[in-house]
Amino acid sequence: MTSATLHGYLEQSARRSPGTCAAVEASSGRQITYGEIDRLSSRVGDHLRRIGVRPADRVGICLPKSIASLAVLFGILKVGAAYVPVDSLAPPARNAFIFNDCGVRAIFVEASRAENLRYELARLAAEPRLLPLDWSDASSPLATYLARVEPEGGLTVEDESARPGPDSLAYVLYTSGSTGQPKGVMLTHRNGSSYVDWCSEILAPDESDRFSSHAPFHFDLSILDIFVPLKHGATVFLIGEELGKNPTRMASVIAERRLTIWYSTPSVLTLLVEHGSLDARDDHALRFILFAGEVFPVKHLRRLKAVVPRARYLNLYGPTETNVCTYYEIPQTIAEDRSAPFPIGRACSHVKARVIDANGRDVPRGQEGQLAISGAPVMLGYWNMPERTSAAFHVNSSGRWYRTGDVVIEDGDGVYTFRGRRDRMVKRRGYRIELGEIETALYRHPAISEVAAIARSEEAGVSIKVFYASRDGHALSLIDLKRFCAHNLPAYMAPDWFSHQQLLPKTSTDKIDYQHLMRME
Amino acid sequence: MNTTQIRTMTRDFILKEFLPGERPENLTDSTELISGGILDSLATLKLVTYLEKSCGIEIAPDELVPENLNSIGHIADFVQSKQAST
Repeated sequence: MTSATLHGYLEQSARRSPGTCAAVEASSGRQITYGEIDRLSSRVGDHLRRIGVRPADRVGICLPKSIASLAVLFGILKVGAAYVPVDSLAPPARNAFIFNDCGVRAIFVEASRAENLRYELARLAAEPRLLPLDWSDASSPLATYLARVEPEGGLTVEDESARPGPDSLAYVLYTSGSTGQPKGVMLTHRNGSSYVDWCSEILAPDESDRFSSHAPFHFDLSILDIFVPLKHGATVFLIGEELGKNPTRMASVIAERRLTIWYSTPSVLTLLVEHGSLDARDDHALRFILFAGEVFPVKHLRRLKAVVPRARYLNLYGPTETNVCTYYEIPQTIAEDRSAPFPIGRACSHVKARVIDANGRDVPRGQEGQLAISGAPVMLGYWNMPERTSAAFHVNSSGRWYRTGDVVIEDGDGVYTFRGRRDRMVKRRGYRIELGEIETALYRHPAISEVAAIARSEEAGVSIKVFYASRDGHALSLIDLKRFCAHNLPAYMAPDWFSHQQLLPKTSTDKIDYQHLMRME
Repeated sequence: MNTTQIRTMTRDFILKEFLPGERPENLTDSTELISGGILDSLATLKLVTYLEKSCGIEIAPDELVPENLNSIGHIADFVQSKQAST
């Protein structure tokens, strides 16, 4: 059972089981059935048509995670337009940049943020239509909004010839480029559905499953959360921004809502084991714990496995440009002395993977090279950046290969091990240093809970600075840190500076914010 | 210069130059300086230059070994033996 379009999954489930609960807001407890959300999103689609949105247009979403934002997302897809989600808590100037960059026709925005956004858009001479949803006085801001605007009427004819197909643009996800200017990754219905169908194969979900939706919609992890449960008639629990940062309450939701599939970054899972009361409960229904987005320090993964021993653990890997393209199942028991991160695993069945050198030639097994991916989930390109797009691909007779920028080694079984980001490898005193390796070593320190290493080019050469947070919140002795490094790292990798932090800064996608750290002194 | 004086000036120098912010009591006479990662090769040279200037001694390259420099205790003994022999 597959679908040519992403909204087709919802429509099929709504026909099969209209009365089943599709989504629940974990904070408010508000819920909606398949039949209801299908109708609500169709009304959104009708409204968009009436205000002039056409297939292939883009429509922005600047809303808190909610049933309303989920229905809006499907409404946009139903018109044949692409949704452009942003972090509603991000600076309005950044969001305005994104919306202007990809020329959205309209933007659904939380009413309280509309004025600031309008002001920033005006500074860019952009005038998309703002569709404000007001959370202050209504339990259902979207239904209230539609009830207000629908009587205005207007043209609603659906253009049959312009129905969205598998190759229509479905969503544009902006990622912060290393240059600082966000770039829009363009993904089609086929890109998304090939991945959703792969998830079906691996997770074998059914209507009794209860999925978490922790990642915000502007983060590519959300594609699994949104479309896989709705494809299978399961229920998705929407975890909003506030709840998502509260480990104690998240732990309650997992236990009380009997969630069966959890997906988030390792940082969030670490927060759950370190600060949530996850371990106080032994009645978990979790059958899968999925994580992606960054390396999971083994010591935290080991503790998590001890707390939730019955679940299966999958390390999912993939950049936004391809979404998940390799996966690795963590073995039942993790050796006591293991501190090396687990591999990123095998290529998923819907992609092809290669390890290539700078010229696009295959690298022999067992040697480091860049991971390249081709196949159905690989993005169309970057919005409005033809040069960046062609630079990102290596094209040869075997296909169009997206260069991930990640350095890996393939072992004999087709299992890939992540060695580092190309841009996180630095040379110091002639030695090549992968900053992630320093982090892995320091995670072995029993008192350290979070660590991030950055490199800076200075007059005297490259210097390495380590930011860390400790279990008890106190700075560690510098002598102790240096001794620990001397015993666990080659001398050429020893950091030059250590800086203690209460917690490391995180991006809106719950990963350690390296760009922020680079700006810190 | 007696051993206590040499120990004190060496400790102060290391704390100031290589361990900013460290609590002085954590740096003892037996804390491992080279094998403990506190002094890398560049830092060792800085320390040696300082000792040569302030103690009026000359340290030969083949004396830059952990046996002489791996702790404040070692350093004080080494510097004193150099002073005695000049």
